[in-house]
Amino acid sequence: MTAPEDTVISARDVSKSFPLEKGFLPTVRRRLTGRPLRTVSAVDSVSFDIARGETVGIVGESGCGKTTLARILTGISQLNGGSLTYDGMPFDEYMKDPARALKVQMIFQDPQSSLNGRMTVLDIVGEAPVFHGLVPRSQKEAYVREYLEKVGLSPDFIHRYPHQFSGGQRQRVGIARALAVKPDVLVCDESVAALDVSVQAQIINLLMDIRRTLGLTMLFISHDLGVIRHLCDRVIVMYLGRIVEIAPTEALFANPLHPYTKMLLDGMPRITTQRREFMSIRGEIPSPINPPRGCHFNPRCPYSTKQCLDARPPLDTAEKSRRVACINWRDAAEAAGQA
Amino acid sequence: MSDRPADTPLLEVDRLNTWFHTRAGIVKSVRDVSFTVGRGEVVGIVGESGSGKSVTGLSILGLIDAPGRVESGAIRFEGRDLTKLTEAKLRAYRGARIAMIFQNPMMTLNPVLRIGDQIAEALTEHQQLSKSELRARCIAALEAVGIPSPEERLKAYPHEFSGGMRQRIVIAIALVTRPDLIIADEPTTALDVTIQAQIIHQTRKLIDETGTGLIWISHDLATLSELADRIVVMYAGSVVETGTTAEIIGNPRHPYTRQLLESVPSRNRPGKPLRQIPGIMPSLISLGDGCPFASRCDRRIEGCTSPIPAAKLTDTRTVSCINMPEPQEAFA
Repeated sequence: MTAPEDTVISARDVSKSFPLEKGFLPTVRRRLTGRPLRTVSAVDSVSFDIARGETVGIVGESGCGKTTLARILTGISQLNGGSLTYDGMPFDEYMKDPARALKVQMIFQDPQSSLNGRMTVLDIVGEAPVFHGLVPRSQKEAYVREYLEKVGLSPDFIHRYPHQFSGGQRQRVGIARALAVKPDVLVCDESVAALDVSVQAQIINLLMDIRRTLGLTMLFISHDLGVIRHLCDRVIVMYLGRIVEIAPTEALFANPLHPYTKMLLDGMPRITTQRREFMSIRGEIPSPINPPRGCHFNPRCPYSTKQCLDARPPLDTAEKSRRVACINWRDAAEAAGQA
Repeated sequence: MSDRPADTPLLEVDRLNTWFHTRAGIVKSVRDVSFTVGRGEVVGIVGESGSGKSVTGLSILGLIDAPGRVESGAIRFEGRDLTKLTEAKLRAYRGARIAMIFQNPMMTLNPVLRIGDQIAEALTEHQQLSKSELRARCIAALEAVGIPSPEERLKAYPHEFSGGMRQRIVIAIALVTRPDLIIADEPTTALDVTIQAQIIHQTRKLIDETGTGLIWISHDLATLSELADRIVVMYAGSVVETGTTAEIIGNPRHPYTRQLLESVPSRNRPGKPLRQIPGIMPSLISLGDGCPFASRCDRRIEGCTSPIPAAKLTDTRTVSCINMPEPQEAFA
């Protein structure tokens, strides 16, 4: 798989595992017995490309590795397997230059804990641009006012502290902070999950607005399929650290190919005037510490066969611009069509 | 069981006011809230943060602590006003007749007790049962909520379960005393989509089997539309609209309900700007007597700042608006 011309981010077999045991005794035991230390694989060999100006959604349930992946892509966590390139440059090299590192910004889920409560908005938003020489200190205040206006906050709020804002306003401050260093790539990790419906609509509109005016590439991580469908061009579906399906948004929602994607879409509550008979869904998400053999989804999958236990299914091209990691996706699609 | 006439609803909340007396002023969290719940009926209360939906739920069970207090109004359970009962008398209702399920199961479960003992405790508090009978009831309760191998799991501690399993145990505890009414406050909000679908499926089944009344408090209109028979829409402490699910979702008449529905992403064309409600929720301290939504409403007229009576449109439906939009075609 070679990355096309306009690729911004290219991930190949990116993996991240965390140690479950560390310290003196486990190390001694490993030396004596040769048994490796136990680890949990949060992101397990995932590959994808993201094109310039594209908005890609990453969707999945708790423990699927979507947040870990976001942290790797923004350089907060180090990957420990595979390779990642930005603009064709290895990630480490790309991040060495602070001016380039600034081009990737993240908006967090909880603005309460990602904004420093002892700093005013002036410093929260203005500190990084001044430090990195994007704007002289003398013009900091005017610069911050401009960005507050951009995100729909009154410039008069400039001397306020985070606790003086409502949840939606705080999220706007977080967005202003990310935009103030003029990023190319914006990674949003559950950025609207904690907000009320009416506030959520305001923030989604704001994100769509700035994406259009600034031509940003966006990665939107969420468990909310409705939000993903609204915002994204393409969707990556993850399950227990692996990608199970990548597809253009409309195609995915019209015709999910992977049995897990189907289950996820079926479980999604819809606004209806009729009471729905909920399908009973099999099983729970297994523990990532001890994932099932072969395809991670096989214990819950209605279409699983013996072969599913043998090996990890490769992420194969299914249709034009769609890829799915399931050896039985054709049978599954057929069965669903008959049902 | 009861000698009341058959048309007495299971629960009747009548012009309930719950206020919090803080140093900054009186926070009127619940203002003149009225609704009813029948046997075997699922009533959804929907609203955003600060709408008073949780405080309404807590008020029913008398769980409001100082500086909060039920100022006025009645909460009639099978015709008896719970607000007039002493704490000791109310205890006989809590858990036995009316059970509560909270958002975070770890708030309900004791981390150092085996779950079997916790289920048994709910039973022995209100009934006298033999040991074997007690055990059988506990196992049946776990079975009913879909916990595999319940006999062995009785000995497990809460931390040995996943989040979804813990919430099932809480539901099992709520159901084990066969209460007449369950109040569930955001019970699936912290859970994943597939687990949420499982829990709703099971709850609905149990309600249909047992004829228990259920109040399901949520901020999520989609979940409620799939589960509830009737919906109560709250905004800034007041009920703005009540009706059957079909009425509320298919044809919202209060401007707030309508705009709330329109701002949900799945109701909009993908990629197009979402319909948004301008402004933010007003402070509950400085709220006047008029419509709480008036400051954000695009249909505001002069009379909106005076108290708004709830207009009864049909037997099942009330709307608190003096300038309501025309009925619309069901757009689902």
